[in-house]
Amino acid sequence: MRRGITATALVAALALAATACGSDDESGGGKSSGELSGTVTWWDTSSVGSEDKVFKKLAEGFEKQHPKVDVKYVNVPFGEAQNKFKNAAQAGDGAPDVIRSEVAWTPDFANLGYLAPLDGTAALKNQDDFLKQAVASTKYDGKTFAVPQVIDSMGVFYNKKMFKEAGVDAPADLDDLKTVAKKIKDKTGKTGLYLRGDDPYYFLSFLYGEGGDMVDASSRTVTIDKPEGVKAFKAVKELVDDGTAKTDASDGWENMMQAFKNGDVAMMVNGPWAVADTLTGKEFTDKDNLGVAPVPAGSSAQGAPQGGHNLAVYAGSKNLEASYAFVEYMTSVDSQATAAGELNLLPTRTSAYAKKEAVDSEIVGFFKPVVETAVERPWIPEGGSLFEPLRVEYTKVLTGQTTPEKAAKATGDSYRKLLEGWK
Amino acid sequence: MAVHTSQSVVKAAGEHTARGRSRGTGTPPPTPGRLRRALSVHWYAWAMVAPVVVVIGVIIGYPLVRGIYLSMTDADERNVARSIGVNEIPATYEFVGADNYVDALTGSQFLGTLGWTLVWTVSCVSITFVLGMALANILNRRIAGRSAYRMALILPWAIPGFVSVFAWRFLYNEERGLLNKILGGAGIDAVPWLNDPGWAKFAVIAVNVWLGIPFMMVALLGGLQSIPSEQYEAAEMDGATAWQRFRHITLPGLRPVSTTVILLSTIWTFNMFPVIFLLTRGGPGEATQILVTQAYKFSFEISPRDYAQSSTWGVLILALLMVFAVVYRRVLRSQGDNW
Repeated sequence: MRRGITATALVAALALAATACGSDDESGGGKSSGELSGTVTWWDTSSVGSEDKVFKKLAEGFEKQHPKVDVKYVNVPFGEAQNKFKNAAQAGDGAPDVIRSEVAWTPDFANLGYLAPLDGTAALKNQDDFLKQAVASTKYDGKTFAVPQVIDSMGVFYNKKMFKEAGVDAPADLDDLKTVAKKIKDKTGKTGLYLRGDDPYYFLSFLYGEGGDMVDASSRTVTIDKPEGVKAFKAVKELVDDGTAKTDASDGWENMMQAFKNGDVAMMVNGPWAVADTLTGKEFTDKDNLGVAPVPAGSSAQGAPQGGHNLAVYAGSKNLEASYAFVEYMTSVDSQATAAGELNLLPTRTSAYAKKEAVDSEIVGFFKPVVETAVERPWIPEGGSLFEPLRVEYTKVLTGQTTPEKAAKATGDSYRKLLEGWK
Repeated sequence: MAVHTSQSVVKAAGEHTARGRSRGTGTPPPTPGRLRRALSVHWYAWAMVAPVVVVIGVIIGYPLVRGIYLSMTDADERNVARSIGVNEIPATYEFVGADNYVDALTGSQFLGTLGWTLVWTVSCVSITFVLGMALANILNRRIAGRSAYRMALILPWAIPGFVSVFAWRFLYNEERGLLNKILGGAGIDAVPWLNDPGWAKFAVIAVNVWLGIPFMMVALLGGLQSIPSEQYEAAEMDGATAWQRFRHITLPGLRPVSTTVILLSTIWTFNMFPVIFLLTRGGPGEATQILVTQAYKFSFEISPRDYAQSSTWGVLILALLMVFAVVYRRVLRSQGDNW
């Protein structure tokens, strides 16, 4: 820790020195002459090796419309972006002009004062065209702080070939899932499902399936430690214990994708963001081998979380005008149609769904109704903070370090500490 | 180095005034005059020392004082001062006295983490020391290819820490890792190296031992070579067995070296951030979280970032290590070492 403090002080001292002797850099531009100019740095968080190429090309297309603007595309791994942005934004140095902000991060960043309000700027165009669910996460305190770029939810991805071999169909509920997994094990010797054990986001659909939720924002109540929450913890523990699913406490994303792409597991719970990467796998050289089905229902309901990404502008950006225009460009109907066509990502604009690219994408077609009925998460500044306490307890349950009852209670306790005055 | 300089200057100034008084030449000069005289005589020394004092003050003093101050407030990400572009948000956190310390010391989290941190430190240091000692003894003999062995054993030290830890993470991977493939080849079930709390603890200790052995070995080898060979020859003449020679010549001869490396290694291991953070991130759950990684988590990984709690843990870590160093020194001194 002391070393940490020392490092911070060093950085602070250097930053002080740098500001003292530095002059204004040249990234400032804007609209003074009626034409946009300067640099726009964009931190993208899409998957490297598949999605990033498309987004980079798309972002550079902005330079063609505004030749004096230089777009700097930076890909920041999704897992690190939130922290990196917070560090840079708080220090007031090194933050990008535009960030691809996950829906739960947006109210948090806005609450901390890091984002520029967008109402009345060039960033917003045809607001009525956006899906209502997508817009909800961009509002904080009555103002708009971001523009929805993609929307998503989750489903069960399955390997059609393996399903055929085992003679099974996509499972409708958890009991079904167990039978299907058992048949697959008997016929192919492979595990049925990969369940991510290091990311509680992949737990949400099981939580919703038992009729539970993390919190209820409208009545300001913590609900994770209700009986439904306990049941959900029990349900996932059972899946792992009886061999229906395998899991990992670290490197979950990488292990899940490798296992599914190589045909070591027949199913995974995942979202549209994983499609482009999945299709690079050896099992999916024939794109049609990938099947998508709704997440299995629990004992009392069926539901998947609504997620997605927004584009937000850093309040300290030196080039606000160009950043607004860039955000508008990246969320326009054409850009969204490109992402839908090439990456199977779901547009947030109603009119983009009518475009040929979106219509032709089977994945988009599958997920559109899923998104429309997806469970909306609480759009509160603490929305993103709810995951860390849940992650710890969720992993503990799966690795047998705690019981479902204790895990639900511990998570609820930390939520009440986080959300002052909640029941 | 820098600290020594400033100390000796202070001492020199003190001696000077003492001499002045002992001469007893009538009225003692008033205090400010003494200071002024000290300055006028030693101004050159003060001027030379000043940059070092300033640099140490900025690099160590300020963060330390600030950390202690933050640990007595309720500072978090939402109430510290921020300046974003044109928005200047002033700090609104408040002084809360010792509340954070009371919370940390009465809650189960700090004590639980401390327990595992102690297990981790003691097992890492003792295993590393024993293995380092064994290897040093082996390499102290004349064996064929001795320099090649020495090079190979220093290798873990030569590779940047994060590179080797990442390599270990690949080896430990449950499905695709080399270790489990080898075990699988021998017909043994896959071991959940990083996915089971018990195995994860074993795994992090193993990596840290692997990383720590070169230092132990090199330091102890140096110590071994400084033991005069006459002592061994004399013992052999007297008919001492190999074990007796080790017990009564090697161990006492190594004492000055081994006490130092154990102290250093304990402090390093106690705060060994990279191994835990890069290998398991403190997981599964919180099973391998040591005090430093947990303090890091408070101020960088959770949201809102809890700077106050993080500094509290930081100050507590510092206090624990200082107490350890003092006690360790006392014990050694009582046993006759001149430290």
